[in-house]
Amino acid sequence: MSRQFMKGNDAIVVGALQAGCRAYYGYPITPASEIAHAASLHFPALGGTFIQAESEVAAINMVYGTAGMGIRTMTASSSPGFSLKQEGMSYLAGAELPCVVVNIQRGGPGLGNIAPEQADYFQVVKGGGHGNYRLITLAPNCAQEMCDLTSKAFDLADKWRNPACILADGFIGQMMEPVEVPEAKEIPFDHSDWCVRGDAETHKNLVSSIVLEPEDLEAHNFKLHKKYLEIQESEVLFEDYKTEDADLVVVAYGITSRVVYSTIDQARELGLKVGLLRPITLWPFPSEKLAELAADGTKKFLSVELSTGQMIEDVKLAVNGKCPVELYGRCGGVVPGGEELIQRYEEIMNGKPISDGGVR
Amino acid sequence: MKTTTKATAFYNVFERKGGPHKETTHYCPGCGHGNVHKMIAEAMDDLGINDKTVFVSPVGCSVFGYYYFDCGNFQAAHGRAPAVATGIKRANPDSVVISYQGDGDLAAIGTAETLHAANRGENITVFFVNNAIYGMTGGQMAPTTLIEQKTATTPRGRVESEHGNPIKMAEIISTLPAATYVERVAIGNSKHIMKARKAIRKALKNQVENRGYSFVEILSVCPTGWKMDSPDARDWLTDQMIEAFPLGVYKDESSEREDGWYRDVKPFVPAELNKYFGVNAEADVAPVDLKKDLFCKFAGFGGQGILTMGLFLAQIGMRADHNVSWIPAYGPEMRGGTANCSVNVSNKRIGTPLVERPNVMVAMNLPSLEMFEKDVVDGGVILVDSGIVDKTPDTDRLDVVMIPATEIADEVGTPKVANVVMLGAMIAATDAYSLDFVSETLKVVVKKKNLIDMNLAALQRGYDFVKNGS
Amino acid sequence: MDTTVKKDSPFIEITGELCKGCKLCIDVCPKGVIAISDQLNSSSYHPAYYVGADCTGCTLCFYACPEPAAIKVFKP
Repeated sequence: MSRQFMKGNDAIVVGALQAGCRAYYGYPITPASEIAHAASLHFPALGGTFIQAESEVAAINMVYGTAGMGIRTMTASSSPGFSLKQEGMSYLAGAELPCVVVNIQRGGPGLGNIAPEQADYFQVVKGGGHGNYRLITLAPNCAQEMCDLTSKAFDLADKWRNPACILADGFIGQMMEPVEVPEAKEIPFDHSDWCVRGDAETHKNLVSSIVLEPEDLEAHNFKLHKKYLEIQESEVLFEDYKTEDADLVVVAYGITSRVVYSTIDQARELGLKVGLLRPITLWPFPSEKLAELAADGTKKFLSVELSTGQMIEDVKLAVNGKCPVELYGRCGGVVPGGEELIQRYEEIMNGKPISDGGVR
Repeated sequence: MKTTTKATAFYNVFERKGGPHKETTHYCPGCGHGNVHKMIAEAMDDLGINDKTVFVSPVGCSVFGYYYFDCGNFQAAHGRAPAVATGIKRANPDSVVISYQGDGDLAAIGTAETLHAANRGENITVFFVNNAIYGMTGGQMAPTTLIEQKTATTPRGRVESEHGNPIKMAEIISTLPAATYVERVAIGNSKHIMKARKAIRKALKNQVENRGYSFVEILSVCPTGWKMDSPDARDWLTDQMIEAFPLGVYKDESSEREDGWYRDVKPFVPAELNKYFGVNAEADVAPVDLKKDLFCKFAGFGGQGILTMGLFLAQIGMRADHNVSWIPAYGPEMRGGTANCSVNVSNKRIGTPLVERPNVMVAMNLPSLEMFEKDVVDGGVILVDSGIVDKTPDTDRLDVVMIPATEIADEVGTPKVANVVMLGAMIAATDAYSLDFVSETLKVVVKKKNLIDMNLAALQRGYDFVKNGS
Repeated sequence: MDTTVKKDSPFIEITGELCKGCKLCIDVCPKGVIAISDQLNSSSYHPAYYVGADCTGCTLCFYACPEPAAIKVFKP
């Protein structure tokens, strides 16, 4: 296997191409632009399509067109651009079109800044566009996962006929690490029964999200809901680092999970029994695992996020009042350091007030 | 017996429509959409393209286009049909893609998609049904509503000074070089209709023959929205609309463009991808021991090669089969006139890529030294370009190397390799890797092959300066 | 409605159930051989009908009609 040194953003493109993605549509935005740069280099070289669209809105609708043809396709952006795609995301979910969308989160609200944040959690995990729908959401925390989870996102999207999202942050996109390029394999999905390819076999098919009659639309929503329940039961992914005997379970994803990982052994050397529960799928969320950890009511939980508290809501729902759940959030591109976190662990575990610095 | 009857491009029975009347359209009596649908279906029959046609229905009264056309069907978001059509056509350039849109869809909310699909010369066919009003939402002003025309949102009539003018899409699109064929037709009377049939057929034929983007604007009617009976609406179209929107061919380069706009794509062939990305290539790994983990912060001015130095070290560590990460300054750290990066080289899995407490620091200017010296762990190595920084770090606490890296680099040939002089010094000061191993790796990772010798010389000089003091 | 037409001359068939009574066919017919019925169809429209003679098979009514299947034109 050949290991290549690449940016997380570049690894996304490699993972997509190896998974059989044939068309990329995007619009430049920092800190996601390297994805478009790499796509513009590789897609045409491999006989695929790259279009720099006139807008994020156009890009997601080009994805709608190609996805409806049963061809693997993607777009990528960063927070403000991702907001613009929401209408299209809702249509894709409603029409049950598989595709991959990438959000390399930056600081908000509004134009914010280009530094990393994790404040699009609600938008991505809870909805964003209109109507009842869910995005399968994967949260890589290294360049290898940027590649591998992008490939996996295409499989999940095809399997469930649903858009899948790679939710990362500016750090994970910008950092470089070795990546083992996965082997490309044939795609084991056949979409002939629903896609439109512009041929005789599929010419009776319709790609649409409109369901005019109330009873019919309710039935469509119930069908989607059933699908989402099945996804919740079967597709949860997480990483568990020393939570079993932990007094404090820290929940973190993306760049913050990397910082937290660094602190676990250090904290334990100081006598603080801390563990990391890292959701790899943010939707479906590893609620069952958290509930299991909270079951005997002896642990404490801490959500560390680059936001003023979004993922913590899912942690609280999972813990369901059985244990205290605390928040430590930084914003605007400020990332908590390891020492800063260990100090907070100590305070929480000793029932002391948490020091200033982040949102609590 | 010649029979003129429903085209086979229409479904025999409109099953998707539901309700009791599955052989009639959902359109109001006298609506122009039905006429345009019939002309399109007739052209599809004539060209024999029913199987490969993909019809994109917009949002507006023709949102249910897929009730009628016996071909592949998409329903698109409001204004986005040209973008969706682009995604369809690029996925299969042998399909025949129709973007069917009304005036609100094409000329208001979807203006950007309309213009840019035309500007890219997408090999698609756009049928623009302009009836100067929003029909489905209840008769509001359209971008093409005429001056003085009363609508639900211009109850006193459209006024230029307040609402602007009816927008002339055929004229605008005809200015775009990539567009092939642009014509405006009408359906006010039988003569108009016979011309419209030809234009519609030509616009589809162009696509079949890969001649590029065709746009046919069809002036149409909305008897309901206009509050007129059907014959009066046709007369109003003929008498009023055509004055504001002159009929005719605005651009036609069809004859010059045969097969010129076919954009080929290839299917997914895993073996080609694996070859392209070297999946099965032999990895260039030469495992060596790493005596201690390196948590590095390299900082200096932009242009001193600070980030590249970090990349070199990370790639050296990768070739040695160690875990590595590299991350440039990003966020608040970027302030203060420094370019910097964090590099981790470790035997263990790397947690945070952000180096909070470096055990190796390179400072190539004063602000960097002042910003990061305090972060270096006790006993850590700090290397300072002494030709640029006239301040010595705390020698009691740190293992300090003062090296005139830029001056040495200049002697080697160019100050641009000061970063590699510094790398050599760092390798020597930390004993992380052997000079030979680093030299061999640099030969692989230096992109400009004509600069390899100079880089190796710079590396040697930096290394020697630390080891031998010269 | 007179449906007895001579099959050796042009004629049209209007399916009254599919007609919405917009009168556009009547407007364009150069021979004036289409008229509106007194009867209502099941959609509550007064449908058009062919008066039964003098059709030239010009097809103008077919293209003026917005409905795909309401009018058929036959020309020997």
